[in-house]
Amino acid sequence: MRDSRKLLSAPFLFWAAMFIIIPLCMVFYYGLTDKTGAFTLNNVLAIASPEHRKAFWEAIKLSVVSTVVCLLLAYPLAMILAGMKGNHDSFIILIFILPMWMNFLLRTLAWQTLLEKNGVINSVLAFLHLPALKIINTPTAIVLGMVYNFLPFMVLPIYNVLVKIDSNLISAAKDLGANGAQTFLRVTLPLSTAGVISGITMVFVPALTTFVISQLLGGSKILLIGNIIEQEFTQTNNWHLGSGLSIVLMLFIILNMVLSVVTDKDGEVNAL
Amino acid sequence: MKKLYISLIFLFLYAPIFTLIVLSFNASKTRAKWGGFTLKWYFSLFENEAILQALWNTLLLAALSALIATVIGLVACIAMQSMKKKTRALILGIANIPMLNAEIVTGISFMLLFISLGVTFGFGTILLAHITFNIPYVILSIQPRMKQLNTSTYEAALDLGANSLQAFFRIVFPDILPGILSGFLMAFTMSLDDFIITHFTKGPGVDTLSTKIYTEVRKGIKPEMYSLSTLIFAAVFILMLLVNYTPRKKEK
Repeated sequence: MRDSRKLLSAPFLFWAAMFIIIPLCMVFYYGLTDKTGAFTLNNVLAIASPEHRKAFWEAIKLSVVSTVVCLLLAYPLAMILAGMKGNHDSFIILIFILPMWMNFLLRTLAWQTLLEKNGVINSVLAFLHLPALKIINTPTAIVLGMVYNFLPFMVLPIYNVLVKIDSNLISAAKDLGANGAQTFLRVTLPLSTAGVISGITMVFVPALTTFVISQLLGGSKILLIGNIIEQEFTQTNNWHLGSGLSIVLMLFIILNMVLSVVTDKDGEVNAL
Repeated sequence: MKKLYISLIFLFLYAPIFTLIVLSFNASKTRAKWGGFTLKWYFSLFENEAILQALWNTLLLAALSALIATVIGLVACIAMQSMKKKTRALILGIANIPMLNAEIVTGISFMLLFISLGVTFGFGTILLAHITFNIPYVILSIQPRMKQLNTSTYEAALDLGANSLQAFFRIVFPDILPGILSGFLMAFTMSLDDFIITHFTKGPGVDTLSTKIYTEVRKGIKPEMYSLSTLIFAAVFILMLLVNYTPRKKEK
């Protein structure tokens, strides 16, 4: 009986081997060989060339800033949501999932309309006699696009751990004389670390590797590492170089995965 | 204070959505200026074969990939129940790879796989890719409910003469159904909203709404796209409201 149940994992294992493991091995194979099939590290080391290094550095900078901004916006929001009376789980998920039904590209393009020189926000600012924003086609616009797109991935895991914190713990801390800040720093924050780390991994990776947001909101001037890799695959057709650069990205991603496995052993934080 | 903060975040999340809805009623063809109110894009939408075809592809992909991913994910969750903790963690780890990995890396890894297998790029390749990145969302929704299951009712059913299939469908299935449904819905949504992975696995001539919009970015987005998104958004919004506010027979 038990053995026959284990057999049920066969379809998944086959699928995972065929469409998860083998494709990733192919990226490593292409990244570590040249056009003749000989082993080389040149594609990976190409990250150090001035053009690639600049794009990589820019991507790291913008994704770190976006992750920090997401965290700062999401934590108070998650606390407020978790503090609301009654069970609002489905409603909260609804609010964050609903925008996804408007296409991701259209949503990001809408920010162009909002941010443009004569766009909606500037018209409002002009009406209020305030100075105009000049952020379209700058790194700031890209950060805004990243925060906009990835904020839900920060809010939901933090919310998930915060709702589960036993309110007696908070009351106990207060009874024992801790003030609000102390209670937060010594009880709430440590208990929510798993959610925070999960949120950080969920925001940092897509922000680091995006090519769409930078393309739509950064004009064509700002290239991130994602843009370079995308061009290698769809325009230059140098898959070896594209794969080599992806291997560098994957080092960050693997670090991220290890972090999330260590902190979220039971897969509970990300559970919806 | 709290209400103000929530409203500001809400405004931030929904400002682009409102912008798109307003643009769908804009008589001017460019999004840069307001040319007065019109409903014409809602009518011309239904004459635009290319957009309707892309819509059909998108919905078919989302439905098929969510359905197949739900079946594979559900079966995997059942199998995981009888596994040791370590094996289970390993399987969960592998399943999560497409969710934690960068979409661009997942996309190019599929592209390289399909190239070396000599498969023609088209609807099929996109479908395979979508199923793969949907599986983790399904497992994440079903797995926690599986863990909470009371195994003694299942065993009682077996003792009372049900075979394992009957016991599963009569006892276990109703308990995990909400997880299955939310997994399916998540998968459907993810597939619908995906651009990056589709971009790398699609062939010429096959377009989803996302890839169609991407090619239109430089030439200018057709206003029908705005009206279509508004319709989809409104439909989902109403559906979600109905689901959330219809009184349920069994309160959890």
